[in-house]
Amino acid sequence: MAKSDVKLIGAWASPFVMRPRIALNIKSVEYEFLEEILGSKSQLLLESNPVHKKIPVLIHGGKPICESLVIVEYIDEVWSPGPAILPSDPHDRALARFWAAYLDEKWFPAMRNIVTAKDEEARKALMDQVGEGLVLLEGAFSKCSKGKGFFGGDQIGYLDIAFGSFLGWLRALEKMNGVKLMDETKTPGLLKWADSFSSHPAVKDVFPETEKLVEFAKVLAKFKATLPK
Amino acid sequence: MAEVKLLGAWGSPFSRRVEMALKLKGVEYEYIEEDLGNKSPLLLKYNPIHKKVPVLLHNGKPIAESLVILEYIDETWKTNPILPEDPYDKAMARFWAKFLDDTCMPAIWQIMWSKENQREKAMEEAIQHLKTLENELKDKRFFGGETIGLVDIVANFIGFWLGAFQEASGMELVNKERFPVLCRWIDEYVNCSVVKQNLPPRDKLIAFLQSRFSASSWKY
Repeated sequence: MAKSDVKLIGAWASPFVMRPRIALNIKSVEYEFLEEILGSKSQLLLESNPVHKKIPVLIHGGKPICESLVIVEYIDEVWSPGPAILPSDPHDRALARFWAAYLDEKWFPAMRNIVTAKDEEARKALMDQVGEGLVLLEGAFSKCSKGKGFFGGDQIGYLDIAFGSFLGWLRALEKMNGVKLMDETKTPGLLKWADSFSSHPAVKDVFPETEKLVEFAKVLAKFKATLPK
Repeated sequence: MAEVKLLGAWGSPFSRRVEMALKLKGVEYEYIEEDLGNKSPLLLKYNPIHKKVPVLLHNGKPIAESLVILEYIDETWKTNPILPEDPYDKAMARFWAKFLDDTCMPAIWQIMWSKENQREKAMEEAIQHLKTLENELKDKRFFGGETIGLVDIVANFIGFWLGAFQEASGMELVNKERFPVLCRWIDEYVNCSVVKQNLPPRDKLIAFLQSRFSASSWKY
């Protein structure tokens, strides 16, 4: 498929954008990456995602698909054969989707809110929540990986992508707050998985550096302060 | 031992979605009513993370989260598919299902429980989202086309629960003047046999909602 047939509107720092990028890499699909600039939304973005006006948006043969995990499933279905992203067994698929929903609806919002926590007490409560979530995810990892290196088994899959896309920000948060949320005692499996994931060929070129995210967090905070309430 | 069991609650739109899908596909199941004020050990065992209904048990293995369960049902029982075959159409269905749960529902919920001075703003937001939804429906009979699909199933709270909320509270969000297309869909929807069979009794639901509203001294 010609490169111009596949476009992805996104931004380097967004964990949600990372997800379809990894999926496209797994399938060895060439695509044109259209980087959005913080503070302005391109005409293409507004036209392709009029409902949410958010990234990522995949544009395939001129047709836009929105919502990161919807895009990942689409990529898996369209570019097959190719390494499978979702497991083949319906129950394993359900488990992967369940944990991805948990990550997006419960775990990530807690992590994201740490930055804007109103005081130390609130911050600590959120960090505890994130830590507790990681313990649950450690359990999910044991169950899903079945002794192998990834949630998807031997190869990275849907849940690796859904969770792994948050690792950059998790590390940045650990650095900014001087804490270790993922550690050897509580989440040894995840710690090892995080290293394997971030160095995986389909991931490493799109995995953001911790330092860069820490710097970006400052830029983001300044930008948000300028927005009308 | 029944192969398929469903832990649900009579008044829950999430629980009824799953029943609708199972009935649509002719899947026999054992229904177990949960008292959400007094959760059973079974529920706590099979959904320890969220402790919510619905939970589907298939051959003893639990699946939670209604959207996840709906996809599982569609993949396991192939009669009367609720998702389209084409990957793009499938992606669109998933997008709109997500829009309903992540955007529409919270906005509608906001109206019900927001303070009086915030209510107008909450209404405006809900109206905006419902207009977006109506725009997607256009002149299709159902969101799924000629027959109901995933999006119609997920939109059950708009198809039925919203009407009950409106009657119980006196709030009017959806009416024929404001949403002619959506109202047309609602009429078709509640008269559709598989939907009709999987709705809670209206009077019972209204009475339940009224008691909740008065218990919280909420006035519209």
